[in-house]
Amino acid sequence: MIEVFNLTKRYAGRTAVDDISFTVTRGEIVGLLGPNGAGKSTTMRVLSGFMPASSGTVRVAGLDVFHDSVEARRHIGYMPENNPLYPEMRVREYLKFRARLKGLGWRRSRERVTTVMEQCSLTDVSRRIIGQLSKGYRQRVGLADALVHEPDLVILDEPTIGLDPHQIRSVRTLIKSLGGRHTVLISTHILPEVEMMCGRVLIMFNGRVLASDTPENLQRRMAGGSQVIAEIAAPIEALNAAVETLPDVEQMDITPMDGDFHRCALTPREGIDLRPSMSALAAHNGWILRELTRSRHSLEDIYVQVTRPRSEEQE
Amino acid sequence: MSIFWVLTRRELASYFFSLTGYVIIGAITFLTGASFLQLINGLGNDALPMPVTQMFFGTFYFWMIVLLSAPVVTMRSFALEKSSGTFETLMTAPVGDLEVVAAKFAAAFLFYAVMWLPLLACLFLVGHFTNQAGVAGVLDAGTVTGTYLGIFLVGGYFLAFGCLTSALTRSQMVAAMMSLGFGVSQFALAWWVKSIPVSDHWQSEMWSCVDMFGQMNNFARGAVDTRAVIFYLSTTFLFLFLTLRVVESRRWK
Repeated sequence: MIEVFNLTKRYAGRTAVDDISFTVTRGEIVGLLGPNGAGKSTTMRVLSGFMPASSGTVRVAGLDVFHDSVEARRHIGYMPENNPLYPEMRVREYLKFRARLKGLGWRRSRERVTTVMEQCSLTDVSRRIIGQLSKGYRQRVGLADALVHEPDLVILDEPTIGLDPHQIRSVRTLIKSLGGRHTVLISTHILPEVEMMCGRVLIMFNGRVLASDTPENLQRRMAGGSQVIAEIAAPIEALNAAVETLPDVEQMDITPMDGDFHRCALTPREGIDLRPSMSALAAHNGWILRELTRSRHSLEDIYVQVTRPRSEEQE
Repeated sequence: MSIFWVLTRRELASYFFSLTGYVIIGAITFLTGASFLQLINGLGNDALPMPVTQMFFGTFYFWMIVLLSAPVVTMRSFALEKSSGTFETLMTAPVGDLEVVAAKFAAAFLFYAVMWLPLLACLFLVGHFTNQAGVAGVLDAGTVTGTYLGIFLVGGYFLAFGCLTSALTRSQMVAAMMSLGFGVSQFALAWWVKSIPVSDHWQSEMWSCVDMFGQMNNFARGAVDTRAVIFYLSTTFLFLFLTLRVVESRRWK
């Protein structure tokens, strides 16, 4: 659906996107993740045909977004950052205008507007003036606009920015429901969002794509070195000695807690899960084990890990 | 073509969605009325050897309308969309740059045309009462048509320039000031042309091309000078072409 080859975009004296390549297949929901200024919005603007690339090619649905711009744009529904709308228009009127602008006939546009308004739960506010709507509703109007001409590819630039948690949830559910029928590309710097919605993540930093994988795979890659936390009621010396006998512990840190309990934070060697041996140890000695968890590396760790070396390099 | 109409309709409607359109029309109607009053006063004096429309063009208010309306009507066309970000949604829809420029100009022009309707009522009143008095030929179809042709040609010229300035900037204020500056310098040029001593025939020919007041006088007399028509049409198209290039410039900048 999207094919990006060696895309570079330079603004006067600054390279915003530096030689990136990726492909997205039909029906995927892909998250473009990165800190502010990583080049996410620029990539999306090039993809949507608003700006040309400095070099490289971008094809959407097999059409070059620069040479076949108008034709390619028919396949794209794009919601820019900050979701600009005409504040003086009414919701239905605006969507109708956008549908007609995107080449839908009179009758077809009426049908589609009704459909997307139901899909985005806008039916209650169809007669309201956009400028007077709450941010959550406005965001949904932007989404409805992006969907109104049934595009193959939906590009959403920071769709949940500035919404309250309840609104974020409803927008996420809506985006998730688009998968399969539409190809979706979302940009965000909020990590849980990507974990929740996307089948694949592209991590961008300083204009480059640093990682591209499913959120699960990225986590698995990191999971090898996961720390295990155990809370055990035992005399400190005995506990220390017992833990030291475990073969796979690379690093240990035991701190006293309330009562007899001690908190053991253990880092295993690569690829080893320490939980079974810890529970066996407690059972063997007759100690009370009240908690045993393995800390799951969130995307946040991956993100920090992936982006850190370069930022230090810069400093 | 249908996209052009969809865009034009929205552009035109946007004047009436906001207060701007009504304020402009109100102000213009007031100025036209003031002009009309001056005209009636003028008619009360000695008989003049010129049509009523020509007298109207001589009034101070008429030129104020021409000078002020174009910047105010066109300042928002591109600048507002750029500053609010809707330019991005507009240009990522499957529409051509030419359609956008043409629609914006067409909407501004249509609004400008609507704005001049009260004048028709004024002229009708004058015509009605003067003809009733048995004085034929004070106002005939020829002079009225010539008048409106002149208004539209000069309007198109200034509106096209207004579109250009609006496309150049994100600020409506800057767009309006640039466009107003252009209008004022055009006026100054027309005055200056009047005052320079004409020593040579070709010089007077050349300067008459930019003598807006002289051209307008001709239109108001019902005399359509093709040189003026060609001048206004070609400059209008030139400015629109430049506007199109500015809109396209995001592709090669």
